[in-house]
Amino acid sequence: MNWLIGAVLFLILAPITGGLIAGIDRKITARMQGRVGPPLLQPFYDVGKLFEKERAVVTTAQNFYVLAYLIFIALSGALFFAGGDLLLIVFAFTLAHVFLVLGAYAVHSPYSHVGAGRELIQLMAYEPMIILAAVGFYMVSGSFYVADIVTTTVPAILYLPGVFLGFAVILTIKLRKSPFDISTSHHAHQEIVKGITTEFSGSTLAQVEIAHWYENVFLLGFVFLFFAWNPVIGIVAVAITYLAEIFVDNVTARARWQAALKSGWLAAILGIVNLAILSYMMLGGA
Amino acid sequence: MQTLLFLILFPILVACLLLFVKRTALRYAVVALSALAIGGASIYLLMRYAFEGAVYFAAPSETVSLAMVAIEMGLALFIIYMGAKFRNYLAIVLAVIQAALVVYLETTFSGNLHAVNNLFIDQFSIIMALIIGLIGSLIAVYAVRYMETYHHHHPEVRDRQTFFFFVIFAFLAAMFGLVFSNNLMWVFFFWEVTTISSFLLIGYSETEEATKNAFRALVMNLLGGVAFVVALIFLAATEATSGGIDLARVLASSDAAVVLIPAVLIGFAGITKAALMPFSSWLLGAMVAPTPVSALLHSSTMVKAGVYILVRFSPVFAGTFAGFSIGLVGGVTFLVASAIAISQSDAKSVLAYSTIANLGLIAACAGVGTYMLVWAAILLIVFHAVAKSLLFLGTGAIEHRTGSRNIEDMEGLIVRMPKMAVMMFIGIAGMFLAPFGMLISKWAAIEAFVQVPFGLIFIAILAYGSAVTVFFWAKWMGKLVTVTRNTERVEKGFFEESWAPLYIITGLVIAAVLLFPVISSILIEPYVLAIYGVTAHLADANVAIMLLMIALLLILPVSFLLFKRTARHLPAYMGGRPATPDLHFAGSLGMTREAQTRNYYLTEYFGEAKLFRPGATVCIVLILVSWALAGVAL
Repeated sequence: MNWLIGAVLFLILAPITGGLIAGIDRKITARMQGRVGPPLLQPFYDVGKLFEKERAVVTTAQNFYVLAYLIFIALSGALFFAGGDLLLIVFAFTLAHVFLVLGAYAVHSPYSHVGAGRELIQLMAYEPMIILAAVGFYMVSGSFYVADIVTTTVPAILYLPGVFLGFAVILTIKLRKSPFDISTSHHAHQEIVKGITTEFSGSTLAQVEIAHWYENVFLLGFVFLFFAWNPVIGIVAVAITYLAEIFVDNVTARARWQAALKSGWLAAILGIVNLAILSYMMLGGA
Repeated sequence: MQTLLFLILFPILVACLLLFVKRTALRYAVVALSALAIGGASIYLLMRYAFEGAVYFAAPSETVSLAMVAIEMGLALFIIYMGAKFRNYLAIVLAVIQAALVVYLETTFSGNLHAVNNLFIDQFSIIMALIIGLIGSLIAVYAVRYMETYHHHHPEVRDRQTFFFFVIFAFLAAMFGLVFSNNLMWVFFFWEVTTISSFLLIGYSETEEATKNAFRALVMNLLGGVAFVVALIFLAATEATSGGIDLARVLASSDAAVVLIPAVLIGFAGITKAALMPFSSWLLGAMVAPTPVSALLHSSTMVKAGVYILVRFSPVFAGTFAGFSIGLVGGVTFLVASAIAISQSDAKSVLAYSTIANLGLIAACAGVGTYMLVWAAILLIVFHAVAKSLLFLGTGAIEHRTGSRNIEDMEGLIVRMPKMAVMMFIGIAGMFLAPFGMLISKWAAIEAFVQVPFGLIFIAILAYGSAVTVFFWAKWMGKLVTVTRNTERVEKGFFEESWAPLYIITGLVIAAVLLFPVISSILIEPYVLAIYGVTAHLADANVAIMLLMIALLLILPVSFLLFKRTARHLPAYMGGRPATPDLHFAGSLGMTREAQTRNYYLTEYFGEAKLFRPGATVCIVLILVSWALAGVAL
């Protein structure tokens, strides 16, 4: 029944954790910019307020796609914390993002259309690296199941340093951090209009935000797998990785989509080189 | 055996009958009834033989084989005549070479050209028969009304519909023959008939372009045909160890090195027929044909014959470097064709590149040939056939209604042709999204390649390939679901009957998705088990999760009811200018301007001009390497 507990805990706790992480993120970001920053719980206040806004849509269909996005993000995260098959999780995750993109296409608006196109470019940029990371874990632990990967006693990071670095690059894309926040950004100074979320408002926008919290917790869980042989080191490493992402976010400006695509694909090549060396070692060793 | 013979002979009978049917209504009745009979017979075949494993039949050999050779010579003469008429001398040369080789084979090795059993059926053949019998005949039904409209829209094209339907049904008969034959001479005969059929269908409109592309298809497939005959000669010459022209004996042969050479040659024939790079151009050129022809070539016939033979021979390829090399031809094709699909805005062109990509993936699985990969390959064949036929027929219907098959013009299809848009949506989802068909196979392929030595190169190909696949399908899907305002609904008026095949195939796509565990356990797993002694299947937990996802997707549309109530509708944000819902905004000087939205095509990175040549070069090298490696192994 462990898997069920994992999934349920994720579904309940992830929005809380994700919201807190977002609060901490905003606080640290503010300090880096020499501001005081909002209260820690500000993300919750924001989302709460969004739910009280008037319902306004361009087309009702947009609500459907965003709801599907939220549900499938939560589902893929729940599968992850239930210890499921990493490849299936990655594919469910892709499905979720396709729903978000379709929501942006459905509204027939110039800004969200461009945002949707850019979101797809992002998807194309990070997808190879995520699949390769899953394969990397398989090569180290002999299983695609998160439950097996997390209990392995082998320090995955020592075998997969290139995969980890590659993953860190696409994590920037996934967390919607500069320089790769090309479809929509957390920072007002980057955007003229809100990209893919331009036409979403009120409770629909709140759902996008909550999905993003779910997603971030899931991604940090993914980072944890690299260090899973020692939970303490793991949590510290996850924290450091996230801090590094905040730092990068604050010292870079948004790059063009070409740069995002190339970076994501070059990161994947780094991952492939790592895996090639690893399989060569395994062939030679075994 | 009667069912097998029925499936081969009945379509020929219908084909001949259709030569004399001139009226559309009558033709529709004949085609629909025959489709029913053929579909019914294929389903009967499933129920009769699904649980029996491989069953062999000693069909009459002497006279039939003689007749086949006579027809082959007749076809060669026909090619020579056509080649002379249109001054395509390469086709003549290849036809002459092929005919000469067949004569040489028949005269020199006549003693070695016996198969104990000429016909057979096993689970893989049943799957192929179902694809041909259900999808192929549904496409034929769709074609009747389509061709009527086609001639209405193209008065300049000579009306040769009786001939058209003759070829279609002959094509289906040849496909059935191909998948039921255990005698490789027979396989070759049917192989050649499919080549000629597609030549005739592609050239149907008799325009200069159509004729040119038809000859391109012919020449490339004849090249494969020549390789096929050479393989037959080799097999006949080494009959004692290789098993001669008896497919079952060849596959069971203990002399792996001897069998590998003909396998690689027949694999080459498969590569040409499956339009892998560098031969992909014939399938792209085939787009000039009426849409049902494309649907037929892409989903249930022709290219499927190519991958069928590759998958049949994959036990021979397994574990050899030559096979690995053929697998790489498929892998490179998959990657390059998927990437080029991004730069295409013509719907048929995107579909064609996606077909080439998926055939590449199937060939990659077949070439490497471990049991898990064969399982994945067969699953790919099934899902690709249903989803791709739906997409082609849908594109044809859209083109007839809206006058365009450009993806940009499909914007707002959900408003203009809602039923059609939903069907296209299902078809596209079937091509790339979890938990639908194709994705399951890709997933299985990744898991399988991890366990193969040097499989990492395929993993890398799959990782990048699936990323670009998501991109080009999702942006098309986005165009379909865009809710445009003030546009007219144009769905009505399309011939009612034409919808029936579309509905049925949509049903088949959904059925394949829901029933894939059953398809796998009844047909694919026993086949893989019989050949490899082990079989692959998805873990029960994962099947459960996927069914859960499907259930979620089915329930989610109910949520539309929740949103209907109170929301206020506003026009899209247009930079703060006063705007209307149909994307008009108040420009400067009191002008009203219209905003338009266009997708990314990234031609600079993924253009045909940029990628085709390097991809084709790599594939040519890999094909030559596979020959060299097979030679070295001997």
